Amino acid sequence: MMELDLSGFESCPLFPGGVVADHGENPLAAASFQLPACSDFDGFQKDAIQMTKPAKGTTTLAFVFKEGVIVAADSRATMGGYISSQSVKKIVEINPHMLGTIAGGAADCQFWHRNLGIKCRLHELANKRRISVTGASKLLANILYSYKGMGLSVGTMIAGWDEKGPGLYYVDNEGGRLKGTRFSVGSGSPYAYGVLDSGYQFNMSVEEAAELARRAIYHATFHDGASGGVASVYHVGPQGWKKLSGDDVGELHYKYYPMILTPTEQEMADTSAA
Amino acid sequence: MALRGDWVYENNGGTCVAIAGSDYCVIAADTRLSVGYSIYTRDYSKICKLADKCVLATSGFQGDMKALQKNLAARHLIYQHQHNKQMGCPVMAQHLSNTLYYKRFFPYYTFNILGGLDSDGKGCVFTYDAVGSYERVGYSAQGTGAGLIIPVLDNQLKSPSPLLLPAKDAVTPLSEVEAVDLLKDVFASATERDIYTGDKVEIVVINASGIRQELMELRKD
Repeated sequence: MMELDLSGFESCPLFPGGVVADHGENPLAAASFQLPACSDFDGFQKDAIQMTKPAKGTTTLAFVFKEGVIVAADSRATMGGYISSQSVKKIVEINPHMLGTIAGGAADCQFWHRNLGIKCRLHELANKRRISVTGASKLLANILYSYKGMGLSVGTMIAGWDEKGPGLYYVDNEGGRLKGTRFSVGSGSPYAYGVLDSGYQFNMSVEEAAELARRAIYHATFHDGASGGVASVYHVGPQGWKKLSGDDVGELHYKYYPMILTPTEQEMADTSAA
Repeated sequence: MALRGDWVYENNGGTCVAIAGSDYCVIAADTRLSVGYSIYTRDYSKICKLADKCVLATSGFQGDMKALQKNLAARHLIYQHQHNKQMGCPVMAQHLSNTLYYKRFFPYYTFNILGGLDSDGKGCVFTYDAVGSYERVGYSAQGTGAGLIIPVLDNQLKSPSPLLLPAKDAVTPLSEVEAVDLLKDVFASATERDIYTGDKVEIVVINASGIRQELMELRKD
């Protein structure tokens, strides 16, 4: 009798309440999550997060329109009040037809997105066809749900074009998974929603949609201290994803926030031009 | 936090810095180990050579640093047995990220910088947070003196972001000698204003001809 292939089901061989192994006992054994041996797990996690201040803070957005999906994000990472990086890649390329976004804990998102990419590839090899956006988002959501309550911070969007057309899902560390047409995630999301919602039309061209996304990210970085750096915009179409633009938001400021010169300043600008 | 009966961490202070160039990489770290207001030793190396072209500098809790270095060295040995070659720098970078993340719920209290040469011989520096998020950058500083050093490096070395499209070339224009001088300068300045940084700075330079090390004295007060 043919043996059933269950490798695709093995979403999480690691259990939260796992055995506390001796550290460094057997380097050849598969790595697993060690847990601190203490009675107050939640308190320990709270203190550990406060101590290590993992990098986070962000604005990301994605929306579905006539020509596919637009995905955009800023590139700033903060540790407490310190800007730890202005060049973080927040849009991860899971495969040539699917993108994921990073918001929340940088390490959590990077690790689990890499893990998702591996699982998607294994699915392709096992089933001889690319995984759907529905499937990929479900894999990630199930993993995150199994770690629910342990302090992971992940607010991600999975965007892609599969056999059913453009797909967009929002997945978070609470185990929530929502299918939708318009999402923005992160500390700057309220500002991005304002611009995105007021300018959105289903029948936009790719250039118009990219411009809307770029504006929305710019305005979010303007008001939110934890967002900034470079605004990247990607488009996912039937042929796969393509990066459309990467602009420093400092430069975008002069494009989107024109200064209204007072009469004196206008005179000075005119004379220096003359 | 330290009031908890079961708190196992301690910050031993110190600063690490790395700069990547077109064909070299320099990594430096001070050699002071402190606990609170006491200096335990003035002669403690925070730098560990993991592979031929790959060096790790770590600040934070030195107990976790030692454990992490041992772990990585052991895994590297296994890799060499299995693949018949040394781990390249980008390979070690991802491996370190995974090693840190596997202790996500009981973190290594370490702030790491990995430096070396990639397969094209170009300098690379990878910077990490305590739980494994990482990024390839042109320069980085971690530790108690990082806040004093990074603004100076930003001023001298800041290059166009790799995320910009159309892409702009992002190579550090400094030569190896200039980079080492810059490192000496920033450590001398950080020593003036950070109580945990001082005594000596250990500078490691990796280039095509190999790895060389030099020590420079810093203020001991």
